[in-house]
Amino acid sequence: MPSVRDIRRRIRSVDNTAKVTNAMSLVAASKMRRAQNAVLEGRPYSVKIQSLIANLAAQPMDDEAGAQPLLAVRTVQNATVLMISPDRGLCGGLNANLYRAVGNFILVRDVPVQAVTVGRKGRDFMARTNQDLKATFTDLGETPLLVDTHAISHMIIDSYCEGQTDEVYLAFTKYVSTMAQEPVIEKLLPIEPAKLTSAESVGYIYEPGNLAVLQSLLPRYIEMQVYHAIIESIASEQSARMVAMRAATENATELSGDLTLVMNKLRQESITNELLDLIGGAMALEG
Amino acid sequence: MPMNLEIITAERSVYSGEVDMVIAPGLDGQLGILPKHAPLMTVLKPGELTVKKSGEEDMYVAVSGGFMEVIGNRVSVLADACERSDEIDEARAEQAMQRAQERLAQRGSDMELERAMSSLQRAQIRVNLVRRRRPRTGGQPPIGS
Repeated sequence: MPSVRDIRRRIRSVDNTAKVTNAMSLVAASKMRRAQNAVLEGRPYSVKIQSLIANLAAQPMDDEAGAQPLLAVRTVQNATVLMISPDRGLCGGLNANLYRAVGNFILVRDVPVQAVTVGRKGRDFMARTNQDLKATFTDLGETPLLVDTHAISHMIIDSYCEGQTDEVYLAFTKYVSTMAQEPVIEKLLPIEPAKLTSAESVGYIYEPGNLAVLQSLLPRYIEMQVYHAIIESIASEQSARMVAMRAATENATELSGDLTLVMNKLRQESITNELLDLIGGAMALEG
Repeated sequence: MPMNLEIITAERSVYSGEVDMVIAPGLDGQLGILPKHAPLMTVLKPGELTVKKSGEEDMYVAVSGGFMEVIGNRVSVLADACERSDEIDEARAEQAMQRAQERLAQRGSDMELERAMSSLQRAQIRVNLVRRRRPRTGGQPPIGS
């Protein structure tokens, strides 16, 4: 039987936990708003660049077009997965879901899969499961700029162009809503223009030429995809953390209430017992 | 008849509105776009983009490369990075230019040299832009500097 003092101590510790989780959820909420904004602000650019590539790919090209390294489809002997993950935990099931998706993905591939990770959690996962970890990037911060992600996308582009890998997949947590985030794995390279949706098909004048435009457009597209995956993953992380921490705060408050109830009952009981003892003693004296 | 101009980067929307003329730094030289231009898709090199609008002062934007699409009275500029002239902090732009010059003087590997060259170019564009603007605004430091 715990004493009143033990319970009081426990209540204090639960209350402190509630304070911490509450603060974390508030911080995550404000970071989430910023991250959501970044996702929304970047959307027009990404939509535009996709429709431009789709449009361009539909144009008649010279023979050299087939030689575009980023469009080249090769027999797959080696695949790479670029995993975008948070640097930190305490965000509900987000990390575990991403691990499961990536793990399954690697298992079903019948070719060796190399891993490149962004974020500490992804790196730890790859190291723990003994994957072929080629490179890892951490500490991008909460509001990375496009230039901050160039090192990542260029490494991917280079290794694809040099033939070190024949396929690249992008794994990250897609931001659906504040309540829902889902891990997705998308093909990044080779680019498949046929799958991109084009809003309009127009006969543009290409300056300085179709090929030159395509050549500079394709790397931009990859940079954009990587950047977008990263900011989307940040928005997911923050909203998952906000929800998880809010739930934790609620649980802690509830637990604290229950404990207070138990403590009051115990205290009352001990007072009653003491009174009974006193009365008993007094009666014995009078007796 | 005005046309619609939209300048966007991967991070944000820089400008959006009705304008009368856009002069952009095309890869092969300056390109002037007027309303009712034929559909055009072009690569931009680092430089200045001028936006003209009747009844208003010209607006200058420093772009560090990108693309421009013209279609049906709508101009979209997809810039790698860009700043409106009123957003540029002159002191910082000058510092960036100096840094780039120092790096250039150190003569590292080819790749470093190339990078330093391009950042010098970008810094120069920004500094030129700000200097051009200064006489008009009376040389006041930008807010928040």
